[in-house]
Amino acid sequence: MGPTSIEEAASAVAELSKQGARVRPAGAGSRAEWGGADADGTVTVHTGGLDRIVAHNPGDFTAIVQAGVPLAALQRQLAREGQWLALDPPDLGGTVGGLVATADSGPARHRYGGVRDLVIGITVVLSDGSVARSGGTVIKNVAGYDLGKLFAGSYGTLGLVAQVALRLHPLPAGTATLVATTGDPATLAAAVRAMSRHPLEAQALDVAWRAGEGRLLVRFGGVTAAARAGDATKLLSDVSGSPAASRGFDVDVVLDDEAIWAAQRAAQRGPAVVKVSALPTDLPAVLAAAGDATVVSRAALGVSWLSFPEGTDLAGRVTAARTALAPHPTVVLDGARLVAEPWPAPDPGVGALMRRVKERFDPTGTFRPGSYVGGI
Amino acid sequence: MDGHGLVERLRRVVGDRWLLLDEHDLRTYESDGLLQYQQVPRLAVLPGTGDEVRECVAACAAAGVPWVARGAGSGLSGGALPIKDGVLIVLSRLNRILEVDLDNGRICVEPGVTNAAVSAAVAPDFFYPPDPSSQIVCTIGGNVAENSGGAHCFKYGFTTNYVTGLEVVLADGEQVTIGGKALDTPGYDLLGAFVGSEGTLGVATKIWLRVVPVPEATRTLVAFFDSTRQAGEAVSAIVQAGIVPGAIEMMDATTIRATEEMAHAGYPVGRGAALLVELDGAEAECDAQFAQVTAICAEQGSDDVRVSRDEAERQLFWKTRKAAFPAMGRISPNYFVQDGVVPRTTLPDVLVRIDELAAEYGLVVANVFHAGDGNLHPLVCFDAAVEGQAARAEELAGRILDVCLEAGGSITGEHGVGVDKRKHMGKMFAEADLAAFQRLRCAFDPDGQANPGKVMPTPRLCGEVPGVYRQHPLEAAGLAERF
Ligand SMILES: Cc1cc2nc3c(=O)[nH]c(=O)nc-3n(C[C@H](O)[C@H](O)[C@@H](O)COP(=O)(O)OP(=O)(O)OC[C@H]3O[C@@H](n4cnc5c(N)ncnc54)[C@H](O)[C@@H]3O)c2cc1C
Ligand SMILES: Cc1cc2nc3c(=O)[nH]c(=O)nc-3n(C[C@H](O)[C@H](O)[C@H](O)COP(=O)(O)OP(=O)(O)OC[C@H]3O[C@@H](n4cnc5c(N)ncnc54)[C@H](O)[C@@H]3O)c2cc1C
Repeated sequence: MGPTSIEEAASAVAELSKQGARVRPAGAGSRAEWGGADADGTVTVHTGGLDRIVAHNPGDFTAIVQAGVPLAALQRQLAREGQWLALDPPDLGGTVGGLVATADSGPARHRYGGVRDLVIGITVVLSDGSVARSGGTVIKNVAGYDLGKLFAGSYGTLGLVAQVALRLHPLPAGTATLVATTGDPATLAAAVRAMSRHPLEAQALDVAWRAGEGRLLVRFGGVTAAARAGDATKLLSDVSGSPAASRGFDVDVVLDDEAIWAAQRAAQRGPAVVKVSALPTDLPAVLAAAGDATVVSRAALGVSWLSFPEGTDLAGRVTAARTALAPHPTVVLDGARLVAEPWPAPDPGVGALMRRVKERFDPTGTFRPGSYVGGI
Repeated sequence: MDGHGLVERLRRVVGDRWLLLDEHDLRTYESDGLLQYQQVPRLAVLPGTGDEVRECVAACAAAGVPWVARGAGSGLSGGALPIKDGVLIVLSRLNRILEVDLDNGRICVEPGVTNAAVSAAVAPDFFYPPDPSSQIVCTIGGNVAENSGGAHCFKYGFTTNYVTGLEVVLADGEQVTIGGKALDTPGYDLLGAFVGSEGTLGVATKIWLRVVPVPEATRTLVAFFDSTRQAGEAVSAIVQAGIVPGAIEMMDATTIRATEEMAHAGYPVGRGAALLVELDGAEAECDAQFAQVTAICAEQGSDDVRVSRDEAERQLFWKTRKAAFPAMGRISPNYFVQDGVVPRTTLPDVLVRIDELAAEYGLVVANVFHAGDGNLHPLVCFDAAVEGQAARAEELAGRILDVCLEAGGSITGEHGVGVDKRKHMGKMFAEADLAAFQRLRCAFDPDGQANPGKVMPTPRLCGEVPGVYRQHPLEAAGLAERF
C-alpha cells in the first residue's frame, strides 16, 4: 500500500485497523529485519509516496520533510544552501521516516546529538486514523508533550511517522582528522579519556577496532580544523606523560578525511551487528567482548556497534558477545533473525510503562504487535 | 481527605516537623514565580529522601487525593500552583549530589539541587550548559519538568539534551528508573517524553545529567544599532555565515534606557538596539569567527561595536543584560513577562508588529530576548493602580502570542504552559494533537492525580475516546498550517 498524502495514509491505516489487520510502516525497506520479523499477513504501508520536502527555510536552519524522502536526497537539497541535517548513519537509500523510526546515528552524533535532538516537530498517523502533531517548527519550544522523542526509535510500533520538522546545521567550512593507532586497548581508552575531558569542540570522536588493532579518530571542523587537529596530538602525550610515539601511537593528521569516515560508517554494518549502550570507561570491556567483530564506538558517548563477519557459528558468536557485555543492554540490528530475541529485556517497571504507552497510542494493536522491546 | 487517614499516613512518613498543616506556614507556597495565581494547598509535605517521596505519593494515591510537586517555586507559568484540596510535595530537602563521574561526563543529583550547584560541583573543568537566569535558585527537578533553557541554548541545547536518566515516582506510587547513566536505553524514549511534562507525569527523585568541558576561550562583544530590525538582520547574517555563537541576546531601546539607569555600563541611551554576542570554543576557531562577527555587525549598520577587554568587562556586559527584568521595575510599576517564540528570520517583522500592538493598547512593551533561537520575552508594562490597565496588559500579552503563532512560532519557549497558557494551547494545537498528548498522560497517570489542571486546556478523563482530526478555525482562516 503506498499512500501519496498524509490524508491518504490516515484513511488507509484507519481502514486496515478497522479490519483487524496488522500494519508495518516501511520506508525503503533497507533494514527490514531490524527489530525482528513481523507476523505473517502483516500489511506494509510504504511511505515512498510521501516524498515532499515541504519546506526548507535556510535562514531559520529548519526544514519540514515527509517521511518517504530518502535521506541522501534531502542532504543534496540542503547542501545547495551550505546546510545539512547533522545525521550521518550508514546510508544506502534509507528514508527520513525510517531514520526517525530507528533513531539510527553515525559519527556526527558526537557533536550534534541524535535523531531525538534534531526532530523539532512531528506529525504521526495513529491506528484510529487520527493525524496528530507535536512540537513545531522553531528550535525552542516547550508547549505540550514532546511526542517527537517518543516516536524517535519506536520502530513503527506506535504509529506511522508521516512528516517531521528538523533542525539543520551549517556544513563545516573544512575538516581534518587526527588518527592515532595503537594495539593496546588500555592506551586507546586512556587516549579517549584525555580527549573527552578536553574542550576540543570536535565534530566526531570515534574508535575503530579490528583484529587487535585500534584507531582513535577525532574529526575537527571549521577554518582552523587542521591546526586544531595538530594541536590535539599533543594531548596524546598526556596519556602517559611521555611523547605519543613512545607509547606506541602511530599519529597522523588527515586533511582529505572523507574516505576515513565513509569507512567508519560502513564498518557499522555487516552480516550481524550488535549495538551496546555503555559508558566511555567501559571501552576496554567492549573491545574484550568483541572477539572477531569490528568495533565502531562513539567513544565519548559510550555507544558502540560490534559488527561480526560471516563465518561459522555467527549466531553463537553474537550470543557470546552479548553475554560478555551483560549487564549493558545490547540490541541485535543486522542479523536480528539469528537470535531468539534481538532486544534486551527491559526493566520490569519501565517495561510495564512502555506497554501502557503502546496500549494508549495503539489500542487496537495494529502497528507491528509483538515486535518491540519486551514483546510489545 | 482525612477520612482515609491521609494526614496520619503522611505524618508517619515525614514526621511532624516536615508536615505543614497550618494556614500560616502554607502561605509560603501559595504561588510560584507567577504571582497572578494564588492558592493555599490543603497541606504540604517536605520529604527528605526519594523513598519518602514514593511513600507520600502512594499515600495520596490510596486516598485519591491529587498532588503537586514543587522545587524552588521559581516557575513563571503557575506550574507549581497548589490545588485547593490537594497535597503539595516540596522537594527542597532532596538536595544531595550523589555522584560526580567526570571520566564519563556525568553527575547524579537529587531533584532539589539548584542548577548553579550542578555546575559548581563539576567546576572548574566541566560545566552544565542549560543556564536559566534563575539558576541560583531554581532546582534541577524544576528544570527537568519545564525543559528549561537559558542564554546558551542556541549552541548547547536544553535540559532535554542533557538528562540521561531519571528515577521517577509515578502517580500510583510505583518507582521506576527511566534511562540511566548510559545513553540509548533500548525502548521508547520515555525520558524525552518526561522532560518538559510540567510535573504531570510523575515526580523525578533522582537525575543523571551530562556535563561538558568548559570551553577553552570566550569572546564577547556588544554592538549597538539604530533599530531592532538592523540588529535582527545582523543576527541572521552571523548565523548564515555558519557561526553558532554561545549566546546572542538582544535589547531594544526601552530596555537599554532602563538597564543603563541601573547598571551604568555606559550604554548609549537613545540607540535602537543592543546585541550581545558571545562566542566560545577552541581558541583559534573562536578568534577567527570573532573577527567575522565584528565585521558583520559593522556591515549590518553598527558604528559602535564594543569588545570586552577582560573578564570584568565581560561580566559587566552580562550584568547589564541580566539587569533587564529588575530594571524594568524602574520605568513601570508593574509588568508581565511574556514568553513566545518565532522563527528567527521573522524577528524584525514581529518586533514591528509588537510595537504596533503596544501603540494600539497605549502601553509600553520592552523587548529583551534570546535572539539566536527567536525566543522573545516582551515585557508588557502597566500600572495596576490604574483601573483596567492590568486586564488590558494581559490582553495585549495574549495578542503577542497570536503574533508569534501567525509567524510560525510557539506560545512558550522556556516558561511552560502551566495554568497560565492552558487557554492558548488550542490556538497552537488541534483537537487531535491534544488528544495525542492525553494518550501519553493517561499511560503515565490514568487517574489524573499528578498536577491536574495544568498544561491541558480542558480537563479530560482517560476513558474518553480521542476524536479524529478536524480542521481548526485558524487553519480554515489560513492563519495556521499543519506541517
Ligand atoms: C550499520 C548500519 C548499516 C546500515 N545499512 C543500511 C543500508 O545499507 N541501507 C540503508 O538504507 N540503510 C541502512 N541502515 C539503516 C538506515 O540508515 C536507517 O535505519 C534508516 O534510514 C532506514 O530507513 P528505511 O526507510 O530503509 O527504513 P525501513 O527499513 O523501511 O524500516 C525500518 C524500521 O522503521 C520503521 N519505519 C520506517 N518508516 C517508518 C515511518 N514512516 N513511520 C514509522 N515507522 C517507520 C519500520 O516499521 C521498521 O521498524 C544501516 C544502519 C546501520 C546502523
Ligand atoms: C527571574 C527569573 C528568571 C527566569 N529565567 C528563566 C530562564 O532563563 N530560562 C528558563 O527556562 N526559565 C526561567 N525561569 C523560570 C523557572 O526558573 C524555571 O522554569 C525553573 O525550571 C523552575 O524550577 P523550580 O525548581 O523553581 O520549579 P517550580 O517552580 O517549583 O516548579 C515548576 C514545575 O516543575 C514541577 N516540578 C518541580 N520539581 C519537580 C520534580 N522533581 N519532578 C517533577 N516535577 C517537578 C512542578 O510541579 C511545576 O510544574 C525564570 C524564573 C525567574 C523567577
